[in-house]
Amino acid sequence: MDTAGQAPVIRVRGLKKSYKDVQVLRGVDFDVARGSIFALLGSNGAGKTTVVKILATLLKADAGAAAVNGFDVATQAARVRESFSLTGQFAAVDEILTGRENLVLVAKLRHVKDPGAVAEELLKRFSLADSSVRKVSGYSGGMRRRLDIAMSLIGNPPVIFLDEPTAGLDPQARLEVWEAVRELASHGTTVLLTTQTLGEAEQLAGRIAILHGGRIIVNGTLEELRALLPPAKVEYVEKQPTLEDVFLAVVGAEK
Amino acid sequence: MNKHFLGDTGILLGRSLRHITRSLDTIITTTIMPIAFMLLFVYVFGGAIHAGTGAYINYLLPGILLITIASGISYTAFRLFLDLKGGIFERFQSLPIARSSVLWAHVLASLLANLVSIIVVVLVALPMGFRSSAGPLAWLAVAGILMLFTLALTWIAVIPGLSAGSADGASAFSYPIIFLPFISSAFVPTDTMPGPVRAFAENQPVTSIVNAIRGLLEGRPVGSSAWIALAWCTGILIVAYLFAMAAYRRKIA
Repeated sequence: MDTAGQAPVIRVRGLKKSYKDVQVLRGVDFDVARGSIFALLGSNGAGKTTVVKILATLLKADAGAAAVNGFDVATQAARVRESFSLTGQFAAVDEILTGRENLVLVAKLRHVKDPGAVAEELLKRFSLADSSVRKVSGYSGGMRRRLDIAMSLIGNPPVIFLDEPTAGLDPQARLEVWEAVRELASHGTTVLLTTQTLGEAEQLAGRIAILHGGRIIVNGTLEELRALLPPAKVEYVEKQPTLEDVFLAVVGAEK
Repeated sequence: MNKHFLGDTGILLGRSLRHITRSLDTIITTTIMPIAFMLLFVYVFGGAIHAGTGAYINYLLPGILLITIASGISYTAFRLFLDLKGGIFERFQSLPIARSSVLWAHVLASLLANLVSIIVVVLVALPMGFRSSAGPLAWLAVAGILMLFTLALTWIAVIPGLSAGSADGASAFSYPIIFLPFISSAFVPTDTMPGPVRAFAENQPVTSIVNAIRGLLEGRPVGSSAWIALAWCTGILIVAYLFAMAAYRRKIA
């Protein structure tokens, strides 16, 4: 389903992958339109990370085809790697370096002009400027994930893979990450994110695909997914604040 | 080979060296054990060991240097393991860089770190009476053999670094290598050892490497031991490199 007739920026067809005798992916198909946020939803072990690793050229599929930004992941891996950034399930940052050094390192490896200035701008944008000269080993989980995402933005890749970007974060840090993801998409970056939190997919994604039993069993917008169930009944319930609302109000989050 | 290989390796080497300079304790712990052995053998056992006419420390130092390298490379395996475990290895592999530069940066950092450790141990040996009549060329040859030995052991270290399940497992492989010099000509001449032990000691790599370095440092012609030493180092290097590359390909698919 292309938007505005544009070719999809991520195209996955019949992807299969087994680990030893466990078949994790049994034929996965989906497209991601340019500039959209696409959520791959599934429970633990559903194979979301496997899909991302294949798209990120870190793993070879047993069968099927996948293309990122028009380049085939199996035959044009180097071109694919120029087209995306990966933020892994565990924040892949260098603990021994400072926040600034982490950003400069990736900027140098991506051969961008003036790595120092790029690092400076990202530190400001992700509110890390105050801790930029501290070692990352002293960062909180939220700061680490923000730095991780900031590192993914260097060189402005057209596609970003976020593998469970908010796993293990507290509610406030999660909101910060969501904000960062929305901002990315508003700049035209395509975001493929995996999550097992239904609320996260609902909050962020334009399209949601559910990966289950090795296949995509549903793929659509939130409205289309809702339409799969019988129409909503109107019921009157007293809306109690959730514990999360209370937590955020008490600790004074802005959102 | 990617056109950025040298540049990328340089950038990542800078990162690895930063890791080393920020954990200088790793250099200290690397050198403590060989220095302790050196003190023990010179001041406790040395008087009872009959190893030629010169000062015992001159006889001992080459073996101590090999132990220094063997204990130093376990940190290479350890650092590589941490990179894999933490996910930064995958981040590097997913960047548009020459992928093999991630390994080469670790290997070159290992060479430099071991060079520093070796210099520290030699500096400690000087006040203990170590003297050498070797000229600059002989010293250069010694440095060359030691670097080749480090390179060979470093590629061995890459294998557990890439495939170990735990940090302990990643560095434990170095223990047998550390103890290999004890069953060689490094501490005592081999001719008092019983038959099978002597046969092993005289035909394992450490003996020829130690004999070559000892000869060079004493300013003697080293003869065939230097060539046997070079052949051992090169052979180990090639085999270890092939196994390390196989482990690497399994890792990045």
